Amino acid sequence: MSDLIIRIGGEGGEGIISAGDMIAQAATRSGLNVLTFKTFPAEIRGGYAMYQVRFSKDHIMSEGSGSNIFCAFNKEALDKNRADLKPGTVLIYDYPDGDIEEEVKIDGVHCYPLPMSRIAKKDLEMYRAKNMVALGALSYMFDIALEELKDLLREKFGKKGEQVVATNLKAVDAGINYMKEHQKKTDPFKMGSAGKMAKDVIIISGNEAAGLGAVLGGCRFFSAYPITPATEIANYMAQWLPKLDGTLVQAEDEIASLANVLGASYAGARAMTSTSGPGLSLMQGLLGLASIAELPLVIVDVQRGGPSTGMPTKHEQSDLFMACHGGHGDAPRIVLSPENVADIIKLTAEAFNLAEEYQMPVLVLSDGSLGFRTESITRPDPASFKLVTRARYTGGEGFRRYEVTPTGVSPMSQPGDDVAGAYIATGLEHNESSNPNFTPENRVKHCDKRFKKLETLVKNYHAPELQGDGNADVGVISFGSTMGVSREAVALARAEGLKVKALHPRLIWPMQVEHIKAFAATCKTILVPECNAQGQLAELMRGVTGINPVSYRLYDGLPFSPQQLLAKIKEVM
Amino acid sequence: MTATTEALKAKDYRSGIRAVWCPGCGDYGVLNSVQNAFAAHQLPLNSTVCVSGIGCSSRLPYFLKTYGFHTAHGRSLPVAAGVKLSRPDLEVVVFGGDGDLFSIGGGHFPHIARKNVDLTLVMMDNHIYGLTKGQSSPTSTPGTVGSITPYGVPDTSNVNPLAYALTYGATFVAQGFSGKPKQMDAILQEALNHEGFSFVNVLSPCLTFNKVDTTDYFKAAFIDLPEDHDKGNLVAALDRAFNPPAGKVYSGIFFQTRKPTMVENLRAINKKQKADKNMDLNIAVDWFKP
Repeated sequence: MSDLIIRIGGEGGEGIISAGDMIAQAATRSGLNVLTFKTFPAEIRGGYAMYQVRFSKDHIMSEGSGSNIFCAFNKEALDKNRADLKPGTVLIYDYPDGDIEEEVKIDGVHCYPLPMSRIAKKDLEMYRAKNMVALGALSYMFDIALEELKDLLREKFGKKGEQVVATNLKAVDAGINYMKEHQKKTDPFKMGSAGKMAKDVIIISGNEAAGLGAVLGGCRFFSAYPITPATEIANYMAQWLPKLDGTLVQAEDEIASLANVLGASYAGARAMTSTSGPGLSLMQGLLGLASIAELPLVIVDVQRGGPSTGMPTKHEQSDLFMACHGGHGDAPRIVLSPENVADIIKLTAEAFNLAEEYQMPVLVLSDGSLGFRTESITRPDPASFKLVTRARYTGGEGFRRYEVTPTGVSPMSQPGDDVAGAYIATGLEHNESSNPNFTPENRVKHCDKRFKKLETLVKNYHAPELQGDGNADVGVISFGSTMGVSREAVALARAEGLKVKALHPRLIWPMQVEHIKAFAATCKTILVPECNAQGQLAELMRGVTGINPVSYRLYDGLPFSPQQLLAKIKEVM
Repeated sequence: MTATTEALKAKDYRSGIRAVWCPGCGDYGVLNSVQNAFAAHQLPLNSTVCVSGIGCSSRLPYFLKTYGFHTAHGRSLPVAAGVKLSRPDLEVVVFGGDGDLFSIGGGHFPHIARKNVDLTLVMMDNHIYGLTKGQSSPTSTPGTVGSITPYGVPDTSNVNPLAYALTYGATFVAQGFSGKPKQMDAILQEALNHEGFSFVNVLSPCLTFNKVDTTDYFKAAFIDLPEDHDKGNLVAALDRAFNPPAGKVYSGIFFQTRKPTMVENLRAINKKQKADKNMDLNIAVDWFKP
């Protein structure tokens, strides 16, 4: 067995998330790759929560399609997932003596009742151990990292004392023993060991990855306002920046957090904020200021369901228009699009280099799927991150902060340099010396200067990654986490002998028009899947490249599955 | 280049850009006092940063030779905080008007004050929006006629900037008048000296658009705080801010106290975390080992 997806569903607060985290971590220790996916209610406690882990001996590209095993902690979870229980899949459910009242029989589905509530409550007298009973059963039945799981429990609860460790281990064993004694395994799912864990593996969430990428990219000033689903980025920065003698600010709102970042950048810092759509909406005015004052800074936007408060805990990719074009006036900015957790580390670090090199805001467009998931990845080597710093004023008379140059980039001074370097950074249109100037000639000259930097960037930036070669019937272009789904769907299609390829751009704005056109020239149909209702990437691409792609839109709060996308590829062929 | 051996005079702080305020504007006087205060402290031109928002008074940084940041409407305080918190070595002074700081930017003031970010804020309060040609502001006297309030401001109350600052924890609160330059020089010097957030409200009349709170009105209204005013007493300060004698306005230093600044608090946190700029980043990576 090389690939297995287990889903656990239940009431928020029942330990679903911690159980999922634990089995993912244990599996990573056993040498497996993991990619997790969770949905949870906006409430702190109560409401339906789901945690899914995909295990594989190979590299994992996406959440996958559906699940092989579903573990229902209660009736609501069972009802919500009943439609996904296809023949050949497995159901483990809390029965008898839980709130599921009848034995479940579904044609072709391997159904194993497990009275996890009763075992926890009556046998162990510790209701909170219900998730451990389930973990034991899952780990045993599908041969996933049982020893590693027990070791992990000992470490995790060791601080709380022998008693807690013993109770949790007892719960795990109770789950195992119940299955041993009462259930005959009829399903074929058995993960098995992947041998030894590679030495250089880490397990990290997308949001933590944004924080780690920032730290590796030299970020030493961070200011943010709490917002789902981006708060974990701030949590990470808050933990590590003080250790690095950096500055961490919790601002009064998102406008202030970006304002803090602008001030820090003006004074020379590599500075960042993180937010989600509602926060990015508030930041639009100051994003324009960063663009016209030509200040380097990074914004990580973890997109969620919008507009307004929308669906804070759900996945969506609907901030693309805003990221590329939001705000008033003509304000150049760079937008990067990571595909997976490892990519977030790489691109967030790179965002600082691009911001410094081109002196403008750089947005990293993460999304709910990326932010909340954890993946086992190869650990990044800090020594491999080279920091590019802004072109600096070197002293002397005659300095012009906004000197027009062939690349559009002009050297920056900062407070503490000499007096001849002093200038007023400004949101007003200005001349080369940064003095306000609204003449038609000056306006055009400086607007062009700022956009020139994007031209320079497009010229210098590496070509987008190509998957597949030759001529194709369908070429897929997507962004963010959808790229991972595209990658898997295209691999599946090609394995079936279909002529399908994909382009995976990391630089989403400005668009790499020539590369996209060259790719499109080799494809009969271009398909653009994305998680928003308007087909934002398709529309931007249409406007900028003149290519008219088939737009495939999903906006139900969930990411695409590879099978869903594969079906669409076949449909448009 | 400025010679480091010679003392800087007030005029050495002026840039070559001509101030563009209306004739008779109180802001000219504020600019003079700012130069005097800078010279009195010998603030280095290259490590002083003047930050402003949008409005007539927010143009002030252009007229000075120091580094500066003319930000967006209402955002001077959080931008200035970013400068100061990332570079505590810099002297950061903020300028703006009553609309900029108490209307559109009013949400930032309480937090900068309570966090005690070490900034000096000089507000030029003219009780009106001047740059947009005469609308009532949060400090306008109720009933003031403005272009969007032609039948008089329907608001019940106006903002009392001093009481606002005192309530939110500002550690230095003073009021001056552009028509009393000597006192203003002294107040600004004290404000720059203060460690922590200092707020100086300067009544700076707008001759063009404010026909109610005119220079003559303020000249007659301004009186010094009583000699026995205890500037260490918050309640007394609030009382003087709320209850000056009828028809009068107090000027002087209402309140001053020394509390830890945000920079000091952040430094303490970093110290506790054994802050090390050269920390081995492998530690931050390996924290994620399974």
